[in-house]
Amino acid sequence: MSAARPMATRLLSRSLRTTFNGPRSIASLARVPSRVPTGSTNLSRFAAQQTRTLASASDVKTYTVREALNEALAEELEADPKVFILGEEVAQYNGAYKVTKGLLDRFGPDRVIDTPITESGFAGLAVGAALAGLKPITEFMTWNFAMQAIDQIINSAAKTHYMSGGIQPCSITFRGPNGFAAGVAAQHSQDYTAWYGSIPGLKVVSPWSSEDAKGLLKAAIRDPNPVVVLENELLYGQSFPMSEAALKDDFVLPFGKAKIERVGKDVTLVSLSRCVGQCLTAAEKLKSQYGVEAEVINLRSIKPMDVEAIINSVKKTGNLVAVESGFPSFGVASEILALSMEYMFDYLDSPAQRVTGAEVPTPYAKGLEAMSFPDEDLIFKKVAQLLRV
Amino acid sequence: MSFSVPLRRTLLPRSYRAIVPRYPCLTRRCLSSSVAAAAEAPREPEGTKEVPMTVGDGGAGTSRPVKQRPGSDRLVFPGAVNSKFTNRLQFRKFDPEKAIETYRVMDTEGKIFDETHGLDFDMLKEECLKMYRSMVSVSIMDQIMYDSQRQGRISFYIVNAGEEGIAVGSAAALSEEDVIYAQYREAGVLMYRGYGLDEFVNQCFANKKDHGKGRNMPIHYTSKDLNFHPISSTLCTQLPHASGAGYALKMEGKEACAVTYFGEGAASEGDFHAALNIAATRGCPTIFICRNNGYAISTPTLEQYRGDGIASRGLGYGIDTIRVDGNDTWAVYKVTKEAREMAIAQQKPVLIEAMSYRVSHHSTSDDSFAYRARVEVEDWKRRDNPITRLRKFMELRNWWDQDRDSQLRSQTKSEILKAINIAEREKKPAISSMWEDIYDVPTKDQRRQMEELKDVLHRYPQEYDIAAYDGGEDGVVSKR
Repeated sequence: MSAARPMATRLLSRSLRTTFNGPRSIASLARVPSRVPTGSTNLSRFAAQQTRTLASASDVKTYTVREALNEALAEELEADPKVFILGEEVAQYNGAYKVTKGLLDRFGPDRVIDTPITESGFAGLAVGAALAGLKPITEFMTWNFAMQAIDQIINSAAKTHYMSGGIQPCSITFRGPNGFAAGVAAQHSQDYTAWYGSIPGLKVVSPWSSEDAKGLLKAAIRDPNPVVVLENELLYGQSFPMSEAALKDDFVLPFGKAKIERVGKDVTLVSLSRCVGQCLTAAEKLKSQYGVEAEVINLRSIKPMDVEAIINSVKKTGNLVAVESGFPSFGVASEILALSMEYMFDYLDSPAQRVTGAEVPTPYAKGLEAMSFPDEDLIFKKVAQLLRV
Repeated sequence: MSFSVPLRRTLLPRSYRAIVPRYPCLTRRCLSSSVAAAAEAPREPEGTKEVPMTVGDGGAGTSRPVKQRPGSDRLVFPGAVNSKFTNRLQFRKFDPEKAIETYRVMDTEGKIFDETHGLDFDMLKEECLKMYRSMVSVSIMDQIMYDSQRQGRISFYIVNAGEEGIAVGSAAALSEEDVIYAQYREAGVLMYRGYGLDEFVNQCFANKKDHGKGRNMPIHYTSKDLNFHPISSTLCTQLPHASGAGYALKMEGKEACAVTYFGEGAASEGDFHAALNIAATRGCPTIFICRNNGYAISTPTLEQYRGDGIASRGLGYGIDTIRVDGNDTWAVYKVTKEAREMAIAQQKPVLIEAMSYRVSHHSTSDDSFAYRARVEVEDWKRRDNPITRLRKFMELRNWWDQDRDSQLRSQTKSEILKAINIAEREKKPAISSMWEDIYDVPTKDQRRQMEELKDVLHRYPQEYDIAAYDGGEDGVVSKR
């Protein structure tokens, strides 16, 4: 294949096929026999119940991801006077997505800063402040806009410690919503995990639950290295139970450690961010429909990545599916599949597979948008197909 | 883990980044909220003259809403100027006749024009001699290092010829606590601050004594002791950093400022505008010093921008600005001194546009006679030069003579040659430094890669000569 276009057609077709039971002449999947059930009514209903997988008992405290992030920010601002947050509308307007709610009132305009609309400017200012010893948190209204500042993130933040011979640390956190967002089309719903995950000098985390959000963001702010925190807009309003430990102000999650969200023995689903929830839903469906026990790994940390957790799981299950919502080429799932060839080949009973976003700029029209991203159905069908159940 | 680790051997001196216009975001707040706030604001007292505006002083919530009074003769609008209404349709134009003036203290013969500068030169004799020695040292080092690049001993070099006065004159006016974010033609700042000739040379030869551990291209100096941040190859990224460093000094209440240098070509980058804008809005004590030297590599200034130079941009951002003769080291000294006081006392940025001429090629990768006449350069060299001018000034006061000059030059030359001799024999940094400092401590993966490399080097000693690296085989795995 030499041109880009067939690739796009192929990958979009993958979604089209499962949704419409449409054309099946798809080279990439030809070796996997197609025995995918097509009862989409049940699946749609099932998809809508996604949050129920985490329904909590009444005595367990639940937080939305937004609340967890807000608490993490407030606690770290409180704990360390060197910490400050800046970004577009983070102060008086409480943040475009209200993640910084109440922080201006509590910490004042010197530490909660509304910036001009200039990503390269405020990211650069934050890098400068970090090089001067402060610990800035840079909020990008979305990571889509951070492309304007990517030179500051990569060439300055990620490399200065190295280039200075190790004498010039840059303790900085870049955060904001990343990846799929509903109804905002090509320039507002794009996943940058693979971009930042490929840069030595950066640490990259991507929380799914409220515990992830609080623990990873707090760890990011405290970490002496530059850290990229890739949140997801659609998760901000979702509620998750918070453990006793996570409610405390010393709660941090270690980087480079994945979390097994669901234990299983038949197939390993490796995922991140919002797709973790989708994998859990698909896993429940696989169990109820086919008695398949899927193990779901929430990566939490992209760089460094907990490869050992994936290896250990694959040793047990013998099957691997990587699930993400980014573009397929050179993506997080591509990386996981490459790692599977290097470290898991002998344990695999079937070729490792991936479910990803389609290789198209996200379309606006609702149906087209839905076809551009993985959903619970697609994950369910892909796994069923792989296991030939 | 056995990733192959390709090492990029070359860094491009400039970054070309497309600034992509962004479609307005739906979630972005429109102006309506501030307009609504203005409508609810208490009514201003009657009268139409000199209405105070809502210009913030660098803190959220510090601006007051204002209101347009009925019958006012001028426009009153949040964030706008106090602008009079007019019925005359007239587009404002840049008038070359009214260009911003260039400040001077002494003429090309080293004579001081008058006493308005307020400098007590007799008290400044030691500083003057130090400035002169620094400029001469930079100039001699440049010649030798340029030649060593031509001989293939180092890969790259950038000389400072014609612009020594800007770096040294400004450095002399600053305090050591002031944080420097330089571009790449400001070796004079380091020289004045006391960076050793051996430190310059060790960096260029990338040996184990280089503070940057041999990781950077030549002339990418850094010094924590001298408050000099690592030089970045990507153009203009240091400007927003200086805004941020200024903001950090402001937050910590320190009596110091951040100072950044750049060329007029860099001022076309988005980062320049971003940095000035954010420094102005946040009230950062940052001094922006532009070396307007006539060429951005091969692009002459007239193809770089239109209008009244870089200084006019500063005014557009509401930043106090001055243009200065860059070959007049005393003028550079004086304006930097004033700028520093303003920046710190008033907690705001200042822009200095220093006019000079880049006598040298852009770098060793450039042959400027491909785009400018040799005679143009020779003319400039003959007509004016910051080093000659300061020497003439000193000679007029009998502070300096030909003998001392010859002695300084020959001594500096032999010191540099000696430093090169030593630097070339020095070992290269330990192999482990390739991985170290990517993170605060090496990761598990990196440690595994070091072990793997050590194993390979150990098994095939004939294939690799690692004796030149600090510690040899013992230096492969990080001790940290």
